[in-house]
Amino acid sequence: MVIIRAFEFIGTVVKHPLEEMGRILLLLYSTVKWFIKPPLEIRNITKQMVEIGVNSLPVVLITAVFTGMVLALQSYTGFKRFGAESLVGSVVALSMTRELGPVLTALIVTGRAGAAMAAELGTMRVTEQIDALETLATNPVKYLVVPRFISGVVMLPSLSVVADIIGIIGGYFVTVIIFEASSKQYMKMTWDYLEIQDIYNGLIKSCVFGAILSIISCYKGFYTKGGAEGVGKATTGAVVISSMAILIADYFLSAWLFK
Amino acid sequence: MIEIIGVHKSFNSHHILMGINLTINKGESVVVIGGSGSGKSVLLKHIIGLLKPDAGTVEVDGTDLSRLDENELNELRKKFGMLFQSAALFDSMTVWENIGFGLKRHRKLTDKEIKEIAVEKLKHVGLVGVEDVMPSELSGGMRKRVGLARAIAMEPEILLYDEPTTGLDPIMADAINNLIIEMREKLKITSVAITHDMKSAYKIADRIAMLYNGEIIETGTPDEIKNTQNPVVKQFIEGSAVGPIVLEGIRR
Repeated sequence: MVIIRAFEFIGTVVKHPLEEMGRILLLLYSTVKWFIKPPLEIRNITKQMVEIGVNSLPVVLITAVFTGMVLALQSYTGFKRFGAESLVGSVVALSMTRELGPVLTALIVTGRAGAAMAAELGTMRVTEQIDALETLATNPVKYLVVPRFISGVVMLPSLSVVADIIGIIGGYFVTVIIFEASSKQYMKMTWDYLEIQDIYNGLIKSCVFGAILSIISCYKGFYTKGGAEGVGKATTGAVVISSMAILIADYFLSAWLFK
Repeated sequence: MIEIIGVHKSFNSHHILMGINLTINKGESVVVIGGSGSGKSVLLKHIIGLLKPDAGTVEVDGTDLSRLDENELNELRKKFGMLFQSAALFDSMTVWENIGFGLKRHRKLTDKEIKEIAVEKLKHVGLVGVEDVMPSELSGGMRKRVGLARAIAMEPEILLYDEPTTGLDPIMADAINNLIIEMREKLKITSVAITHDMKSAYKIADRIAMLYNGEIIETGTPDEIKNTQNPVVKQFIEGSAVGPIVLEGIRR
């Protein structure tokens, strides 16, 4: 009896997330299916790229520059204890390109654009605008989800590249201007240890994060139920689940890519 | 012609529609009446394929909707126009872009031509000079009119109205009723409306059908319905709280 109860308990706990995951994958499937079918919604895609990419740029810049700065600050003061402060350049460059650039960008964009996607689609759902699209012979996945998905996958790596560069510049600023270390040394250590593969793999991660955050946020918005409260829940859910999924995926992708 | 045959629909454990049979002839105006939560909207959404029946079929001009793939269904939907209860205008677009949405996607027209058509449709529903306004700046009645203009923009054969007069003042409600009649007479459109506004139902219907407990319990012309002997229908059209209809959550 105890065993049956235990299984029942596990079942009830696991059932809902599994169901949700299944439905997210179904939405992903139909997104890809409608993406392949012409014509492309160029106007919507451009609009979303501006929304996700261009409009996120200021927050990404600020995040990246301060991350680079604090990385340099912490590693410089720490490394100084055993005379390794010359390594700061490589630490900043490697951390930014491999890890912090992609991950922080993804988390910031989730908070900004992911939340907006869920709220917008959620409002459209509860005010019957998504039904209205269908009655006007327009597939809502193609019209709403595909442009957001494509923009997520394309714009995240683009933002990450900017974040990588700005982070390294932030590190340079702290190391060279504030701690008055050698500029030549910083740049040398940055270039010597940074391989093109690091940047590459970081960008692959970014693409995946873009896909994760856009599909989860769209899913949450698309299947919103129950008025204003529902929209609020969908938005919170989109941010929380996307962020967790990004961090979990980050570990596995890193383990796979940076063997 | 729209034929609804033995349609059943459940949501989770709620059995909403329990074998609906209803035929709507070409050019006819049918109004489905029923209380809140009786499944009127669910029924309407089946007619345009937004929902699929668990059992039974919905046929439009002899085509079974549930047999169509997404492309075929979209093709068929071009025959339809639908006015939503809250108008469901796209709030990120101006009024004329809303009206021209279907045209832009399905006809090869320039923006200028689309805007001209939109202005003409607006005139049709009695609005002038609002084409460049955002929907959020319009009043409820105006939004409904714009919604109607959008519904007729593609010159549909069938118009569906989801509670067309709900939430409007009596004068605006009557103006919308007149518009619905005009659509039917001028454009020879088949129309299906759902409402619980009896005044509106009497005015716009050729035939009224009463939905109760998931079934159509009576159909007839407005005069037949007015003189019904069915106690449930009688209670509903008289708007009495006392009678055989049990209101959910209310005890007497």
